[in-house]
Amino acid sequence: MNTRYETLGGTGRGYYVPLILLGALAAAGLAASHYMDVHGHVVTGMTNQVVWGMPHVFAVFLILAASGALNVASLSSVFGRGEYKPLARLSGLVAVALLVGGLAVLVLDLGRPDRLIVAMTTYNFKSIFAWNIFLYTGFLAVVAVYLWMMFEPRMNRHTKTAGTVAFAWRFILTTGTGSIFGFLVARQAYDAAIMAPMFIVMSLSFGTAVFILVAVAAGRLAGRTLPDAMLARLKRLLGLFVMAVLYFALAYHLANLYVTEHHGVEYFILVDGGVYTALFWLLQVGVGALVPLALIYLPRFSARRWTPAAAALVVVGGVAQLYVIIIGGQAYPLSMFPGADVSSSFFDGVVASYAPSLPEIVLGVGGIALALLVTLVGMRVLPFMPDRYVDGTGG
Amino acid sequence: MTESARLADRYRRRFLAAVGVGAVLGSGAIRLVELAAAKPDDQPVSGEVRWGMMIDTSKCAEGCTDCVDACNDEHGLDGFGRPQTDAQWIRKLEVRERATGKVTSLPMLCQHCEHPPCVDVCPTGASFRRADGIVLVNKHTCIGCRYCMMACPYKARSFVHENLTDQRPWSPRGKGTVESCTFCVHRIDRDARPACVEACSAAGHGAMVFGDLNDPDSDIARRAREVPSRQVRPDLDLNTGVRYEGI
Repeated sequence: MNTRYETLGGTGRGYYVPLILLGALAAAGLAASHYMDVHGHVVTGMTNQVVWGMPHVFAVFLILAASGALNVASLSSVFGRGEYKPLARLSGLVAVALLVGGLAVLVLDLGRPDRLIVAMTTYNFKSIFAWNIFLYTGFLAVVAVYLWMMFEPRMNRHTKTAGTVAFAWRFILTTGTGSIFGFLVARQAYDAAIMAPMFIVMSLSFGTAVFILVAVAAGRLAGRTLPDAMLARLKRLLGLFVMAVLYFALAYHLANLYVTEHHGVEYFILVDGGVYTALFWLLQVGVGALVPLALIYLPRFSARRWTPAAAALVVVGGVAQLYVIIIGGQAYPLSMFPGADVSSSFFDGVVASYAPSLPEIVLGVGGIALALLVTLVGMRVLPFMPDRYVDGTGG
Repeated sequence: MTESARLADRYRRRFLAAVGVGAVLGSGAIRLVELAAAKPDDQPVSGEVRWGMMIDTSKCAEGCTDCVDACNDEHGLDGFGRPQTDAQWIRKLEVRERATGKVTSLPMLCQHCEHPPCVDVCPTGASFRRADGIVLVNKHTCIGCRYCMMACPYKARSFVHENLTDQRPWSPRGKGTVESCTFCVHRIDRDARPACVEACSAAGHGAMVFGDLNDPDSDIARRAREVPSRQVRPDLDLNTGVRYEGI
């Protein structure tokens, strides 16, 4: 018997309390962006030294997680792993919702968000940013079609094709996101081709982690908790991706450690960078990778109890990793004169200070709230939730 | 109103109109004299010209900020007393070589690269390079994403972090957009030199030479040919328009 899908029923507190809470947070994010727009970015922690701040950490996290949240759907449609099929629709919804949240943060942080129409109509195709505008909006369209194929029985036979297109699109999209940093020749921490594949594996890990959390919450909301077998499967998937992210971080730092001109920035991130060093070792490596790996692979931790905890820690580690990459990479000064100490009135040659301000954080949290709000409302209006979790066939 | 009052009013109006017309024509004449020597506005910029700057660091005194002050005045970069967010189009760098202790003082500004990374990364094409080599920001299409600031190897760009007042009409700026040295394009188009170069030579330092790198007879081209000079970050192969002697 096939899985039937249902909308989120009930009008009780289980639906309206999160709805109102998320709506309020999203509205607060919008208000924060308006505040930044009226007063200028002087009310943020961002400066001429650290030009991308907390909003970009949140936005890039959400965009990466969006791509990775589609893992479950891809496994079902592209790789024929039928056991994931009951969650494939939800996987598509979460992917779209996370991207919407991330893009909202990115756009609302612009110096001139009112000029979005310029960004949508005037392009410089040598810019990876310009490509990303197409990759991001295209992803929404591709996943929307993919969901349609899954929802409409007459279209089900095209699910694999649509799923394959979406799968390919994800990789190109995340390549584009990683290349934002990979293509920056000026800065010691970037300018590395490994950024693109590293961002792809980060997306697989962060997206799976976020999806686990959303799926557990959605299951609870719909009164159908995820079965242990599903949690165990998702847990093993997450474990593989967490190890892959760790491996890429290792490869990135090893390559930099070999090259003398990068010793400065490596010493900064790994040893002497204060908050960045702490975030790297404690949150990115410790809390974000080693602890979740222990929770995933040590048999004493049951999948039911500990998988959501491991996923939450991966999310924390992921945000920390992006903070180190995006803000740590800017905090380390440009190397204009190798072998010389430079000083000026413009903070040349010194580590830039950055402290995120409240409006930035509220804007970022607003983006997360928007993503969850879209997921919640989506589940309410369309049948995303399976009535059962067992299905032997892919598609 | 009596007849005489009405008459006086009419004469006053005629007088004011005549003064107004005279003022417009007079200023127009001055403008015409000024324009006669420069590039007409309806003609495109020539790609045969490559504007550039040579900076002799041996003549650039530590602590001297004449060029910086002139730039700030020319473009109205008054600042708000917030060094982290105030714009700086040109700044003085003190460079101390670690191995030898040799100290060099030099001005750092937009290097007006032939292959500018800021132009490459700009999603809307607001960062652009004029045919004569001047790298500019189109303030109408800049969306304020700051990707160009991430890309610039010289930290030459600033983001306008707050509301501005009393702007210079020839140097429009805008909150939420990115800006940098324009080589005083408004002066170049009137056959004048950038404000920083003027100030440096007026003060008798003569550390900055400005001109057309493509004109073999120009001072700057001759100097570039005869005196050793180099670009900052030559490894990036950007072919900067600004070159430094003595570094």
